[in-house]
Amino acid sequence: MKYLLVEDNLELAEAIASRIRLDGHAVDHAATIADARAFVDTGEYDLILLDIMLPDGDGRTFLKQHRAAKNLTSVIVLTARSQVSDRIGLLDLGADDYLTKPFDHAELQARCRAVLRRNAGSAQSVQTIGDVDFDAVSGLLRVNGNSINLRNRELRLLELLIANKGQVFSKQKLVDRLFSYNDDVSENAIEVYIGRLRKHLEGSQLRIVTLRGLGYRLNHDV
Amino acid sequence: MTSDVVVSGSLRNRLALILTGGAALLAIVLFIVVRVLTAQVAQQGQDNILKASMSSVLDTAAIRDGQVTLDFPYSSLSMLNTEADDRVFYAIYEDNTLLSGYDWLTSPRDVAPESTIFENTTLKGEVLRVASGARTLIGSNGPRNVFVSVAQTQDALSNTLNAISRNVAFLGLGFFAMSSALAIWAASTTSRQMRRLTSSVTRRGPQDLSRFTKPVPSEMAPLVASLNTFMLRLDHSLTQSEDFIAEAAHRIRTPLATVRSHAEATLQRVDRDENRTSLQAMVRAIDESSRAAGQLLDHAMVTFRAGNLEMVQVDLADLLHELVQSMTPVAEMKDITMTMELERPAMLQGDAILLQNALRNLIDNALKYAPAETRVIIKASNSPTLSVSIYDNGPGFAVDEIETLSGRFVRGKDMGNTIGSGLGLTIAQEVVVAHNGSMALTNRKGGGACVTLSF
Repeated sequence: MKYLLVEDNLELAEAIASRIRLDGHAVDHAATIADARAFVDTGEYDLILLDIMLPDGDGRTFLKQHRAAKNLTSVIVLTARSQVSDRIGLLDLGADDYLTKPFDHAELQARCRAVLRRNAGSAQSVQTIGDVDFDAVSGLLRVNGNSINLRNRELRLLELLIANKGQVFSKQKLVDRLFSYNDDVSENAIEVYIGRLRKHLEGSQLRIVTLRGLGYRLNHDV
Repeated sequence: MTSDVVVSGSLRNRLALILTGGAALLAIVLFIVVRVLTAQVAQQGQDNILKASMSSVLDTAAIRDGQVTLDFPYSSLSMLNTEADDRVFYAIYEDNTLLSGYDWLTSPRDVAPESTIFENTTLKGEVLRVASGARTLIGSNGPRNVFVSVAQTQDALSNTLNAISRNVAFLGLGFFAMSSALAIWAASTTSRQMRRLTSSVTRRGPQDLSRFTKPVPSEMAPLVASLNTFMLRLDHSLTQSEDFIAEAAHRIRTPLATVRSHAEATLQRVDRDENRTSLQAMVRAIDESSRAAGQLLDHAMVTFRAGNLEMVQVDLADLLHELVQSMTPVAEMKDITMTMELERPAMLQGDAILLQNALRNLIDNALKYAPAETRVIIKASNSPTLSVSIYDNGPGFAVDEIETLSGRFVRGKDMGNTIGSGLGLTIAQEVVVAHNGSMALTNRKGGGACVTLSF
């Protein structure tokens, strides 16, 4: 996935961008509306994350022009204003969704996924790893010709493991990466989701191995 | 509306009072002037007749054989006949000797020739008008002074005067009555203009700060002009404070977002438990403060709007559908399924923004407290009354807290790490009460909470 992040606060932009990259996506960063226009004109993006208060104008103006130009790239607005009337105005202008700062990265991920699933055709989001087809947007897993609809948490866990094949994750790391800090998720819950994924992947070339005392790793047996 | 305004008198009453008072004063002045003038004219008439009578007597005075004689003409008295049978008196003096008549009537004096003295005297309380004149006759024994007075009671005169006074009094009363009617009409016309302005201010919606453009009388123009300036200033300061809030939110929330994102990113890299704990505490604190700030703003907005609801036709089913759609990503994070059971039509006359805010808070609560991989049910039913219920499979409400949970900043005791401001239920409660409805908190039989808003 390729994101365009339009945010004038450089530190915040860096923090968001690095977190998105950690999830395995590419990010371009624009600090002004003018930059954002230049990026949109020259590149293809799956998703635009748009701040409202920008040094050279209002993000809503960009949004209006973006929609007027029949550009279909999904836009999620990152707004500092939380009031209902502001939210309604944003959706009316053609934003696909909005998120109030400060936000939970897990929620940003969830909203991006929801917007992409709603707007994009899923063809380009299917990855093939050996004999497994995995669509991270729709949550569809195909193993040996069987389609499985993954639950959200299973999907995110598998997405993380596939993106970092061969890397060892401790339970704690997985909790940090997958869950919101508002969710009270115990490390034991990870075992449940690992167990389910193992079941889904049975008979395929993908295997989740337990390294005692260290964590989990996705292996691709050829 | 006027209960908190200090009222001092009424313009309409004051105007009516001044105008009718003026009319009364004018009527009295009219009465007095007309009466005095009439009295003068009438008196002049009597005086002329008295003078003629007196002169005709005086003219007959002559010296015959050295004696003063007067040939008292009958006509001189008959001309004094009146309808009221006024009595007539006379006195004739030669020098200072009474020749004939009543000596109490007057005393002879020097009078210039051809002139007449008029005076009043009284007889047993009755006013007599006396006309006196004198003539000097030259006889063989030297000059003799003849002095004649003729007097008449004033019954006819006062009858005439009374009749005229009565008419003038009627005229004055009529004048007064008409002027008063005019005064009251003028006063109420004037105050009707004020009332019209008042009602056009009262009829305005809470957001309407536009200028008054309807024509008003020139006297009210300064008031309307200053009202318009005031509205403009109010509009300015509202816009300014909205801009200020937006700017303040931006200035505060952006750095918070920066800190939060950095803390989250750092958490991915550190392994030591104490570092992780403090980073997590940081993230929690940021979430709590930003949530509290948002809820406080929402609560202030709800309190403000609750007094001035912007009533429109709201489809609760559509509203819930939109809300559920926008919150689905949050539900998915915990693999919670949101199920809608919406009975249509679910139409309500209400404030859409407030209702949305209240319902969002309730669904948000349900998603927060429901365990992962459970179901949250959102139900709208239109019988017996219109109601919305949100069910979850969370811990439910502590029975002893149900009564107090909708209070401000009150949170349940066993909420663990779940972030909240204690304002969500307060907001929902205030919104539903502003719509003449009620909120009920109950626990489901199989466990879990249910919040019902009935309208």
